[in-house]
Amino acid sequence: MGAEGLGARVLRKEDKRFITGRGRYTDDYDLKDTTYAAFVRSPHAHARIKNIDVSAAEAAPGVVAVLTGSQLTDDKIGGMICGWMVHSKDGSPMNAGAHPAIAVDIVKHVGDQVAVVIAETNGQARDAAELVEVDYEELPAVVNLKAAVKDGAPQLHPEAANNISFDWAIGEKDATEAAFAAAANVVSMDITNNRLVPNPMEPRVAIGSYDPAEEHYTLYNTSQNPHLARLILSAFVGVAPEHKLRVIAPDVGGGFGSKIFVYPEETVCLWASKRIGGRPVKWTSDRTEAFLVDAHGRDHVTEAEMALDENNKITGLRVHTLANIGAYMSTFSSAVPTYLHATLLSGQYNIPNIYAEIDAVYTNTSPVDAYRGAGRPEATYVVERLMETAARQLGISPVELRRTNFITEFPHQTPVIMAYDAGDYEASLSAALSASDYDAFETRREEARSRGKLRGIGLSCYIEACGIAPSAAVGSLGAGVGLWESAEIRVNPVGTVEVLTGSHSHGQGHETTFAQLVNERLGIPIENVQIVHGDTDKVQFGMGTYGSRSGAVGMSAISKALDKIEAKTKKLAAHLLEASEADIVIEGGQVKVAGTDQALGFHEVALAAYTAHNMPEGMEPGLKEGAFYDPTNFTFPAGSYVCEVEVDPETGRTEIVQFVAADDFGTIINPMIVDGQVHGGLAQGIGQALLEGCVYDEDTGQLITASFMDYTMPRADDLPNFQVSTTKTECPGNPLGMKGCGEAGAIGSPPAVINAITDAIGNNNLSMPATPLKVWQALQQTSAAAE
Amino acid sequence: MYQTTYHRPATLDEAIKLGSNDEAKYLSGGQTLIPTMKQRLASPESLVDLSGLSELQGIRADGGSLSIGAGMTHADVASSAQVREMIPALADLAGGIGDPHVRNMGTLGGSVANNDPSADYPAAVLALNATIYTNKREISADSFFNGLFETVLEEGEIITRISFPVPSKANYQKFDSPASRYALVGVFAARTDGNCRVAVTGAGNDGVFRMEAAEGALSASWSADSVGKNRPDPDDMIVDLHGTGEYRAHLVNVLAKRAVTAA
Repeated sequence: MGAEGLGARVLRKEDKRFITGRGRYTDDYDLKDTTYAAFVRSPHAHARIKNIDVSAAEAAPGVVAVLTGSQLTDDKIGGMICGWMVHSKDGSPMNAGAHPAIAVDIVKHVGDQVAVVIAETNGQARDAAELVEVDYEELPAVVNLKAAVKDGAPQLHPEAANNISFDWAIGEKDATEAAFAAAANVVSMDITNNRLVPNPMEPRVAIGSYDPAEEHYTLYNTSQNPHLARLILSAFVGVAPEHKLRVIAPDVGGGFGSKIFVYPEETVCLWASKRIGGRPVKWTSDRTEAFLVDAHGRDHVTEAEMALDENNKITGLRVHTLANIGAYMSTFSSAVPTYLHATLLSGQYNIPNIYAEIDAVYTNTSPVDAYRGAGRPEATYVVERLMETAARQLGISPVELRRTNFITEFPHQTPVIMAYDAGDYEASLSAALSASDYDAFETRREEARSRGKLRGIGLSCYIEACGIAPSAAVGSLGAGVGLWESAEIRVNPVGTVEVLTGSHSHGQGHETTFAQLVNERLGIPIENVQIVHGDTDKVQFGMGTYGSRSGAVGMSAISKALDKIEAKTKKLAAHLLEASEADIVIEGGQVKVAGTDQALGFHEVALAAYTAHNMPEGMEPGLKEGAFYDPTNFTFPAGSYVCEVEVDPETGRTEIVQFVAADDFGTIINPMIVDGQVHGGLAQGIGQALLEGCVYDEDTGQLITASFMDYTMPRADDLPNFQVSTTKTECPGNPLGMKGCGEAGAIGSPPAVINAITDAIGNNNLSMPATPLKVWQALQQTSAAAE
Repeated sequence: MYQTTYHRPATLDEAIKLGSNDEAKYLSGGQTLIPTMKQRLASPESLVDLSGLSELQGIRADGGSLSIGAGMTHADVASSAQVREMIPALADLAGGIGDPHVRNMGTLGGSVANNDPSADYPAAVLALNATIYTNKREISADSFFNGLFETVLEEGEIITRISFPVPSKANYQKFDSPASRYALVGVFAARTDGNCRVAVTGAGNDGVFRMEAAEGALSASWSADSVGKNRPDPDDMIVDLHGTGEYRAHLVNVLAKRAVTAA
């Protein structure tokens, strides 16, 4: 390992600009003659629009235009789409209701767009937006999943009876029922996975700019995948032709999934810029809008059952989940509760029979889509709560129950599509148990009791599927796109390197880790490597960053392109050094004839490629290579987490006194960045378990937790010092052996926390977020039951 | 935020003159008012910033009392050696308000005049039986607070100082609301010249209140046992996402005992 190569703890190159306030985010772009957009948003969860009077707004100071949904329709701009087709059990396609970028007849959630005001300043736009008079006829609303599927519930989309977009199933129903019929023990639970608001630090921004002379559009936006945005906006929404649309996603301040999707505001800004003659239109979300209209995460209600035989081997798993998709189907909303969730229900365990039914349900709430982990936290929560509960019910150690059922041979085909390629679950479990001094827990519990505290311990052994994804496989499952990645390596004549990547960095540190890979292969210092991303004019195509795919897929593409650079470099050097190509090696920035002192600097070979004065027969000048990499399988990061808590029985407050994470991410490029990714993931997972809960009023559909006054974001003092470590089994499916680490913390931690608290309080009936109030109420139940 | 006009007068008289306009609002730190304006839920025509008034500054011993200028920030109070020496519980309370940003901007006078039912200072003012001095008069703590966000302050009246009698024992116990970190329940217990007062913030649906039922027993014997099973009626409590009436009433009892024990 070199000082800057694979495995080195290199400080992040990008942090210089970020920590000195010189990052350049979308809102930092001030184009000449910019106008500002303010959206008129529905105050009702469900209402018919009877009339919109824009006259007062149009007359307000500084107003350039006031635009409504009917004008959008007149201009034949299409609605938002869901890009993954899922079919119901009966083979019928999902019922995706219309999602206009600006509502025309009916608003379906609080915050739905009704009109947009374009003005000279942001303040003028907001002032005028309040002057748009909308006459609403309020309709009954439904936000609760179980209420939404009942007969007689308010209906959101005419094509979706009982608000069900699709009822999908996976696995073998009959075989699973037979397993339950023959079971020695069955464990049943009702499990709720709470709704979350993503809340990246940087709110969403869109700047649409139309050039009438060139008939060309530019969109600056806060996107995790600008090429996908361009594809959808051109091919499906139809706001601009693909070759006449440039999408730039510059520095992006956190995404967590919420910036994957193509949202109405981007369409409106592009369209409005053309409508007003080409002045740029800029919209910057405020925090309230972020709460109201950014796609939320999770929100499942699940009935889950596990069947076990007399030897405590799991024989079956049966799950029925209602998944909230909100008022409209967001870009990947159909894939999250299905292929990213139910395919992981085997966990780390040998489970011969699994049957899962997922009903995707419309409600009068913000759309729900992928959020850090996307489906896999929901699956892990179901499996790991069941494991802990089963162990308690059977009176055996939760460690032993897991060990009894671990998958130990690879590859392993689960009954729910996934074929696990490699792993060593015992290794991470042992590492976690040892780091947490699990065996001495009862002594700590006693000591805590003497201080009046209830101490508990909880485990979670998670698996997830990352590195999404093999294009043919996801295509057969309904994806509208392939999930490969592209890369281009441009070696400059002086030997410095630009890497153009379709991955997008919004906190992951690509500018450092991708450069480390170049350093490993070509030996040039990382400061001589520039990573170019986030601009569809620079990078030909790419699929962006989500699903922990940038390492396993994005870097694999870079690696393939580097193979080609190396090959050409060697061939050219062999020619220049009059040596055999097979004898050429690239080491430490030198291109050498192995075993001799003959060598050229890498920069000398690069220069020779561009001067082209002395090239091998038939070789083209230049040193630039591209590659597309399509993975052959998902990757399967896995690990074991141990959470230890102390609960104050008088107040219900939980303190996490120890949190141990032992993860297997395969090959690691930069351990410091991986530690940071795990820390961040754990903060979000613990946030979900203890703090974060998005709540709508059941009657009115108003978002009650619409600000940080009511929605609890995790703060540093809510979190313990994490003990993180890694074990390693290389992923056999990609050239670097990488699995991905971006989501693991958020996936694995919630059940560990809840398993620990329920262990402490002796009551398994506890839902997330486990606020002091809920824990205290659960304790009251425990003591009432004891009396 | 709507358009507004900002004034920063240098004298109390000028501030009163500027504040006599019905559409004006005094700004004393602005940790509630500014966010409310940013949410477009308040639209004062003008803001009269009181931070430039020397009359509202300073912390000093005043006989058996500690007199704190209404314009002193929470950070000033938390870090004052004088406060720490005379009423450490008050310094602790100020140091536990919000976060550093809030503490560097928010002021004693602003907090007390706003009388947010979940603010910390009103509990101290009531439990310590403080006297509120304004540009017009002095008001006893018992007659100052008047329900949610209401006080006996008249239009244009400005708190200049608050004088806190120095207790022999005092402690403030705060149980944070998880999201806002305002007090879900806060209990200030104090013993001054043999008299005990216990004031509760965050809990009551009519704002800060005294736990009078426990005060007599505490005056007789300063111990957690004296609090006993005393707790307010759950029906009189604030109910929100983070606390039912039962829970808040229970916490009042728990925190009162802890405050007495810790004092």
